Amino acid sequence: MHMLREGHVTAGLIGIVWAFVMAITVSVTLSFASGLGFRPGGIGCLILGLSGGLAALYVRDRLVLFAGFVLVAVALLFTPVTPLVFGEDVPMQWRLAAAISFGVFSIWPLKVMLVEAHPGTLTRHAFEDAVIRFLTGFGYIIFTAIVLIPFYVMVMTSLKSQQALLRNPLDFSIELSRGWDLFTSYTELFGQFGFGSYLWTSFYVSVLTVLITLAFSVPGAYAVARLRFKGRAAFSRSILLIYMVPMIVLALPIYIAFSMTGLRNTIPGLILIYPVTTIPVALYMLQGYFRGLPVEVEEAGLMDGLSRLQVILKITLPLSLPAMVSVSLYVFMIAWNEFLLAFMLLDDPSIFTLTRGVAMLNSSEIPRQHLMAGAVIATIPIMALFLGLERFMTKGLTAGSVKG
Amino acid sequence: MTSPTPPTTRGALERREARLAWSLLLPTILIVSLVIILPLLSIFWISFKPVGLADLRPVAPMIRESLRERSGQMVVEYRVRNSSQQKEITGLGFTDTLHDGVAILELPEFCAVDGLQLRCEFGDVPGGFNERVRIPVALDGDAEALEEIVEGSAPAGYGTGDNILTNTEFTLENFARIFDGDEFLSVLWATIFYTVFGTVGALVVGLFAAMLLNKSFRGKGVLRGLYLFPYVSPIIAVAFTWVTLLDPFSGSLNALLIQMGVTAGPINFFGQRPLALIMVTVFEIWRYFPLSFLFILARMQSIDTDMYEAADMDGASPFQKFWYLSLPMLLGILSVLFLLRFIWTFNKFDDIFLLTGGNAGTRTLTVNVYEQAFAVSNIGAGAAVAVVIFATLLLFSVFFFKYISQEEGL
Repeated sequence: MHMLREGHVTAGLIGIVWAFVMAITVSVTLSFASGLGFRPGGIGCLILGLSGGLAALYVRDRLVLFAGFVLVAVALLFTPVTPLVFGEDVPMQWRLAAAISFGVFSIWPLKVMLVEAHPGTLTRHAFEDAVIRFLTGFGYIIFTAIVLIPFYVMVMTSLKSQQALLRNPLDFSIELSRGWDLFTSYTELFGQFGFGSYLWTSFYVSVLTVLITLAFSVPGAYAVARLRFKGRAAFSRSILLIYMVPMIVLALPIYIAFSMTGLRNTIPGLILIYPVTTIPVALYMLQGYFRGLPVEVEEAGLMDGLSRLQVILKITLPLSLPAMVSVSLYVFMIAWNEFLLAFMLLDDPSIFTLTRGVAMLNSSEIPRQHLMAGAVIATIPIMALFLGLERFMTKGLTAGSVKG
Repeated sequence: MTSPTPPTTRGALERREARLAWSLLLPTILIVSLVIILPLLSIFWISFKPVGLADLRPVAPMIRESLRERSGQMVVEYRVRNSSQQKEITGLGFTDTLHDGVAILELPEFCAVDGLQLRCEFGDVPGGFNERVRIPVALDGDAEALEEIVEGSAPAGYGTGDNILTNTEFTLENFARIFDGDEFLSVLWATIFYTVFGTVGALVVGLFAAMLLNKSFRGKGVLRGLYLFPYVSPIIAVAFTWVTLLDPFSGSLNALLIQMGVTAGPINFFGQRPLALIMVTVFEIWRYFPLSFLFILARMQSIDTDMYEAADMDGASPFQKFWYLSLPMLLGILSVLFLLRFIWTFNKFDDIFLLTGGNAGTRTLTVNVYEQAFAVSNIGAGAAVAVVIFATLLLFSVFFFKYISQEEGL
């Protein structure tokens, strides 16, 4: 442990690990961007990382440090100990760009990480500071990568042609020469597969779900939050309990009942069942919010001669508008993303919801880019809502606690 | 002098308030019990029934009527069928309305005419019963128009079939079947592995992400939004994206790994044991870390900074501050998240179903419900698995209510 806290050891180790991280990052990024062959070179990274870490300890002048490191990185390209190994067909400008970005993104963060480090034994504080800065940088990269890569692949695959995908699964570069043909998958989905109607079905099913959910849960939540009655505690607990019953357990009897009553394979059946899955959540979220509202305002209303229902309509609801928006968004998201019930209850392609439609695309006869285009179509509306109303959405997510 | 005591009976105001509360709750209670409690009870019932997917189609008479010419003679033809191939129908028969212009020439002995009402009785018929009844008729008027009229009025069939769901035949076969040997052990193992590692993984990763964003810098809002993407987007979109990305033949990740020299040949991530189970767990962590991240971040930002300043004065190192200050403060939210996520991961169905379909050792209890009920077409066995799940959940919820305090706001 003490060895580690020696300035040189700390700087060297962090330098080496960081150089590897960056070499992998640069290779993966460029591979995904161009489809060409890039991979990290072991010994080159080792040498560059070690020297970079040590140099960051000694060289005070940033410009000298950065320029020197990048130059060395570029120079090593032409030796056997190159930090990045390229496929045969990688043109020179790509190699240079790779080496320069590797150099910059290695040494610059290294300098920041080792800002408190110095030659000689480090204090515990300085050592941990360096480690934490390293972990932070590492965390940003890894999280951004794991979140972005699937979405990048999703969007880019949907824009490719079948042949291009089979030729090189890594090549995600956009063939701009294809012009509007890039969107072939989308036009086919909206044309032949009727995704326009799926989009509409999903939309109105979700909106109706939100409306019905609110109609049921607002009075219920108000009663649980404000009114005193026997069994209140038991009631709020049973809401939570119901919240925990997994959908698949309910889906089976619902499937049977719907099959026998002819509600299966109908949109009204779906609209009957969706709100019930969301009412407990909405009730739970709303009652939490109603509790937080000041009672005095409502009491003043009561004193002035309003009835309870008028109090709810004229005082409580306007005050809880932000909470209603959060709940609506959250319920909309659940209904929009719902898959299991739509999958089990709908068979007729003319009344599919979007998720059911995308599930239909998962067959060996339908090319992958269609499936990914379907995924994009399902994701974009909910993403747009999320990004546009993030403040409400995050509030909804936190309050809705932990619905899977 | 007596000291004043609070009233011991319920006053009128109090009663009115309770009445209002119940009337506000009534719609919710009704619909929830209709669609949740009722199915829950029925699942117990079904789990003791020998019922398959085919039994869901009710046993009923099916009757079709047509007017046509047969060897120079016009006949009204009734095709009478038992919808089931196995089960018998007792008291099968049908009634039909006769029309003007269609005169019956000859009646089979099991049919009778009462005014304008034709009634035919077949008694008890076995499964697979299929018979044509031809009644010769004389037409008075345009044949085409009469045909439309005759075929326009549907005959009404009657007769009762035995319904497996409502009779009193019970069996323990379903439970014997699902608890049977190796398969149950493998399902149990997959469930435990998936639930425990999925929950803990999502918590740890979420904690790490929250620590990254627990400082102010430019672009923080963007990153926070970005890290929520996996959770917000539809499961179907992200699951299929992962399947595409990790495909052994045309997947980009395999191409990347081969190019980087990590593996020689493609890896079938979702198709081989035990990798498939690990990968679905990784997916679970990936999809749900945003949630714990969001909660932990919210809690972190409400921690008083004075404490850290005091620790700085005392010379605490960053790790010491994390270990001795942050972590104890976060323990409450972490344990709540753990319990809730544990239950939800246990309940998870869609993810595994879409990624592997429950193959390659990834069949958890929830996937087993679907597998038994629809893939093997044994509804009873599926219901039995559902009962096992429900019983386990009841056990969890005891812990839940015991340990989750109301102060956590959950």
